[in-house]
Amino acid sequence: MTSPRLRMALVLVATVATIAAVVLLIIQAGGADPAVALRALWDGAFGSPFAILSATLVRATPLLFVGLAVGLAFRAGVLNIGAEGQLLAGATAAVALGLAIGTLPRAVALPLVLVAGAAGGGVWAGIAAWLKRRFGVLEVISTLMLNFIAAHGVSYAVRGPLQEPTHAYPQTIALSPAARLPGMIAGHRLHWGFAVAVVLAVGMWWFLSRTAAGFRVRAVGAGALAARSVGRIDDARVASWVFVASGALAGLGGASEATGVTYALYEGISPGYGYSAIAVALLARLHPLAIIGSALFFGALEAGAAAMQRDANVPSVLAMVIEACMVLGLLALDRARKGTPA
Amino acid sequence: MSAVADFLLATVRTATPLAIAAHGELIVERAGIINLGLEGAIIAGAFGALVGATAAGTGAGFALAALAGGAAAVIVAMAVLWLRADAIIAGTAVSLLALGLTGTLYRAWYGAQGAALNIPTVAMWPLSVAVVALALVLWWWLARTHAGLSLRAVGEQPIAALAAGISPRRVRWWALVCGGMLGGISGAALVLAQVGTFAEGMSAGRGFIAIAIVVLGRWSVPGVVAASLVFGAASQVQYVFQSLGWAVPYQLFLVLPYVLTLVVLAFTQRRAAAPAALGAPLQD
Repeated sequence: MTSPRLRMALVLVATVATIAAVVLLIIQAGGADPAVALRALWDGAFGSPFAILSATLVRATPLLFVGLAVGLAFRAGVLNIGAEGQLLAGATAAVALGLAIGTLPRAVALPLVLVAGAAGGGVWAGIAAWLKRRFGVLEVISTLMLNFIAAHGVSYAVRGPLQEPTHAYPQTIALSPAARLPGMIAGHRLHWGFAVAVVLAVGMWWFLSRTAAGFRVRAVGAGALAARSVGRIDDARVASWVFVASGALAGLGGASEATGVTYALYEGISPGYGYSAIAVALLARLHPLAIIGSALFFGALEAGAAAMQRDANVPSVLAMVIEACMVLGLLALDRARKGTPA
Repeated sequence: MSAVADFLLATVRTATPLAIAAHGELIVERAGIINLGLEGAIIAGAFGALVGATAAGTGAGFALAALAGGAAAVIVAMAVLWLRADAIIAGTAVSLLALGLTGTLYRAWYGAQGAALNIPTVAMWPLSVAVVALALVLWWWLARTHAGLSLRAVGEQPIAALAAGISPRRVRWWALVCGGMLGGISGAALVLAQVGTFAEGMSAGRGFIAIAIVVLGRWSVPGVVAASLVFGAASQVQYVFQSLGWAVPYQLFLVLPYVLTLVVLAFTQRRAAAPAALGAPLQD
């Protein structure tokens, strides 16, 4: 009978070894030199001030927003796989409003645009929350379907009502400066959205661990029976509100990306942030402060993967493979910790 | 009249890959598991078909596709049956893994050729006939054989099945593997018969649509066949509109299957028709 610690250590080693093997296999399959590729991976993430400030942290920002969104939902037992669609809904709402009120001063326009983004994501999640509450539809499936619907919605918007005037490209015109998030450091792409996300992470930690409402959220996540025995917490209602709040966070992430990095809306504005966020949240065991760390890690991974594609011709989708392996490894780690089931 | 015939033929064409995957999901759900890894099985099968067909013809394409889909299902089975992981999380993780892996390998091995990819193709109608045969065999197997009864028992009352000497774990293993292989073949049908080429993420949620088909079909074989046709028809409606000259944005029709899935899941009562142990924590 092996001890939990030993089992966990074995699983950890096996997971790392598997990931390393898969990575090396894929690099080899692409015909690249592993040393060159891995060097590009590191340099792309941490090799220079540009890498850190304009690549890693910038990529970490939407992952942090959406990681918090997924983490909050999972914490309450809501399996929100729809962060991708909620992010797109938020980005669309933010850009649509930003284009309309771009002539107002920044102090007015920007906050409104960000609120619109949060509202867009909240409404999008609200659809799934309502379907769950009213009809018992599994949120995993409804949010996934809504992801596809949102993607096609963006496609329609950028080829139709929001398209730039020459009608040549499937994208909007650029947002006016009043609707843009200012940069944090001159000469780099890091923008204030990152600071907002960090503040939100701290706020969520405080909310979950230090407030009565946050306690209710955690109780609902621990199980309906636990919630009800603590004292008449309406778990369905709490879950619905958390669902909407989760969508709002993801929508804010979309707005942050649109107003801080891309300054416009186009198809493919999100390269799967909503799905990576699941790995981000799970790796951090759903703890808001740890999510900051895992978002930074994944930001670095994706920045490095992009550099690896540029410099060593290894497809950057590799990052998604690593993330999925980590999730599976986490599941195994959980099992190793618990030992034989009761 | 010809427009109606075209519409019906196109419906059957589109419904066939969906039906293949849906039958796979039916097998798994009758054993009590909601397999979200089906999407991964389909895209893995699609990529397997690409590799097999370009290397050794369409037969090899289908074979490799079935293997790839089965492999995806094996990972889900290991996570759910050995590690006792939540089926939803495990299935989602495997689907993400398959999507990422197929995308990565596609770009690494075929990226340079891009649109110039030359894949041997097959006609869809033999596959449609095969689906009908599959439905008949599966219906008979579920209703009239010991093995089919074991599967149904595991999905309804796993504890009672265990007491009767059936191993729920083993039955679920086989159910998942079969479901995955059918998902893989569905992916092959997409690549080799419906589209004629491979594109990253081309499964486009069909794995999840298959789950809706099972719900709409009330977990019965004839129901799944009918529901597959409904979804096939939904994606062909846009051509009817076009021939009528109604100008509607094409994205509206692309979202129709997803909206239909939501509507079906909302308004179809699960309680009575679903296997009793579906989605419950596994006990064996």
